[in-house]
Amino acid sequence: MALPTLTPEDIQRYHRHLIIPEVGSLGQRKLKAAKVLLIGAGGLGSPAALYLAAAGVGTLGLVDFDVVDVSNLQRQILHSTSWIGKSKVESAKSRIGDLNPQVQVIGHEEPLTSENAMRIFEPYDIVVNGCDNFPTRYLANDAAVLLNKPLVDGSIFRFEGQATVYMPGKGCYRCLYPAPPPPGAVPSCAEAGVLGILPGIIGVIQAIEVVKLILGLGDSLQGRLLLFDALDMKFREVRVRRDPACPVCGDNPTIHELIDYEEFCGMPHRESSVEAPVLVAV
Amino acid sequence: MPIEVRVPPLVQKVTGGQRSLTASGGTVSELIANLDSQYPGFSSELRDASGQVHRFVNIYVNDEDVRFLNKLDTTVKDGDVVSILPAMAGGSSSPTAGGTLAR
Repeated sequence: MALPTLTPEDIQRYHRHLIIPEVGSLGQRKLKAAKVLLIGAGGLGSPAALYLAAAGVGTLGLVDFDVVDVSNLQRQILHSTSWIGKSKVESAKSRIGDLNPQVQVIGHEEPLTSENAMRIFEPYDIVVNGCDNFPTRYLANDAAVLLNKPLVDGSIFRFEGQATVYMPGKGCYRCLYPAPPPPGAVPSCAEAGVLGILPGIIGVIQAIEVVKLILGLGDSLQGRLLLFDALDMKFREVRVRRDPACPVCGDNPTIHELIDYEEFCGMPHRESSVEAPVLVAV
Repeated sequence: MPIEVRVPPLVQKVTGGQRSLTASGGTVSELIANLDSQYPGFSSELRDASGQVHRFVNIYVNDEDVRFLNKLDTTVKDGDVVSILPAMAGGSSSPTAGGTLAR
């Protein structure tokens, strides 16, 4: 596919990119051609979307069906007080349009489900995960694996965050965590709280990884789980290995299509009682 | 032979809020037993009734997941750092997989 050309306005806007030898005009054209899907226009999706839009990623998809709540504004920097009670996707479109009107923002104002995930993911090159619950995390993982799309993952809890990149054929979220915790065992940010600035760090790391993947630069976080602790102000990392026994990306996968992820997350152990998962929106 | 063990917020409720502990033992299993004697309830935060590590909890010796080494029999030596990392879901957004949404 031929890359789009840069307009005179692009050349002005992206000057600081264009003078980096590793980016240059070709790199900026790759960014302009790129289509990136963000799951969630919240804590992680906000900084990721803003920086990807500023960097000139041509098409940004946003999956979110929530409305802006005053309690979001402590960290979700896409949104503003004047948008309380209104659609997060519309708020994001407005903010991104103001920042960089050349970016096409496509809103997907629906919950991500097994029925729509493949359709929503299909047109995009890279998926950025910023969701707040385990069913969506496994759903996004499996859809990305089945569609051979890179998944740039991030998660946060109080003062700690994690980020990694899952590349097709190189391991996935199920290789890292084969099963979710039982409902209630691991509290969400809504229940446990999160330092409002923390998703800024992790979401920006996700955005950098996306840009590196688009430009084909450097070493991605593939195979490494980056751990950030704001209290120690330290980064560490552990290895992420592909599990040959992984049910979705292993040598003999048993999952060939999307499953019921609420059921999967509600019944992690066969012997445990069956109870409906409670998903909490932040 | 003291080994540093880093514990996540969810386990800190049994460690008096401490985020980094010192334990002794020659294997991961012995470290957990040692910490369970220092901090009652420690082991049950990581293992189910049959003694298996919960599948949503990973244990690393330095940067390697013990599932890809000798699991709980993985040996540890002076200077190693053991990290316990449960799955973390938070991302501050809300698109759910199924639409069951409590607020």
